[in-house]
Amino acid sequence: MENYPGLEEVNGFELGQMMQRQAEKYGLEVGYTEVTGLEQRDGLHLLHTKDGDYTAKAVIITGGADYNRLGVPGEAELTGRGVSYCATCDAAFFKDQVCAVVGGGDAAMDEGLFVVRYASKVYVIHRRDQLRASKILQERAFANPKMEFIWDTVVTEIQGKDAVECLRLRNVKTNEESTLEVAAVFIFIGLSPNTDYLKGMLPMDGGGHIYVDEWMETGVPGLFAAGDVRANSARQVVTAAGDGATAAIRADHYISETFQE
Amino acid sequence: MAKPREVTDNTFEQEVIQATKPVLVDFWAPWCGPCRMVAPIVEELAEEYDGQVEFVKLNTDDNPNTAIKYGIRSIPTLLVFKDGRPVGQIVGFRPKSDLKQRLDAVVG
Repeated sequence: MENYPGLEEVNGFELGQMMQRQAEKYGLEVGYTEVTGLEQRDGLHLLHTKDGDYTAKAVIITGGADYNRLGVPGEAELTGRGVSYCATCDAAFFKDQVCAVVGGGDAAMDEGLFVVRYASKVYVIHRRDQLRASKILQERAFANPKMEFIWDTVVTEIQGKDAVECLRLRNVKTNEESTLEVAAVFIFIGLSPNTDYLKGMLPMDGGGHIYVDEWMETGVPGLFAAGDVRANSARQVVTAAGDGATAAIRADHYISETFQE
Repeated sequence: MAKPREVTDNTFEQEVIQATKPVLVDFWAPWCGPCRMVAPIVEELAEEYDGQVEFVKLNTDDNPNTAIKYGIRSIPTLLVFKDGRPVGQIVGFRPKSDLKQRLDAVVG
């Protein structure tokens, strides 16, 4: 990451861990589980999770977004066997091998440029004839002799017995089909917010992002949403951090106003 | 102490394959962010399943042979071994309840 204020370059995971350690110093308790539902009862919020229920005076929803799947045959079966959504996690397993990256945005270029440090060659497969990525990332990708671009093309199937062996491709302009032999395919075709469990309960845009006001309030008293889950977000780490601060300040006000003795 | 032990390419046979109890192996590497999220959960499970399941971790950077042998192409990967054979695989970060379900299936 090169766009977080004050830090010229920082690893996203490490920044997250630094934030966690800092908050834990002031008493934050962290629990990992999956939230399955949320309801309001007697002016409080009841959270259902895979590890039991939690009751809270205020809740800030910051579930973030998850990588979109291609939704093609072979993808689910070969995940962890050459199908990857995290280049920094998995690229090292494909040293001197041929890999593919699917997508044309910032994430696809960022991750592709990481994969190419290890791979002997990286094919970038994009469904359009130009990239959406920022200019600086495009320039870096085009300048890399080990990166080759396959335009106007989609992946229709991922094939392999125990691991990824090849991709079936289709050119969307000519409908021509082809096969590309690769050891791994890294998929970066956008993100979807993790808000499925809130559908029907909160107003959302077409993509499942929660509408909030300028204080990150959802309209349900004491319920806030911040970061990638909210509508009209710039979806940067810096804006998510700002959202979180806004929501936390407002939640603090809400609790002291609503629950004063 | 139930803290996961480090195993290596050299000790894998003895510590995992020849173990009498089921063994959960956490394949990780220092540069892998999600691995750091999985590690504390594995430590908690090691406490909870103390005596039933052995917990070990293998650094895939330093021990590539074992990772290659078991087809590890993504980390974190958790592999559960029973009687020297892999009987369960979990790729990526999953909530603790999911991991417990998988372990209970092996232990139960």
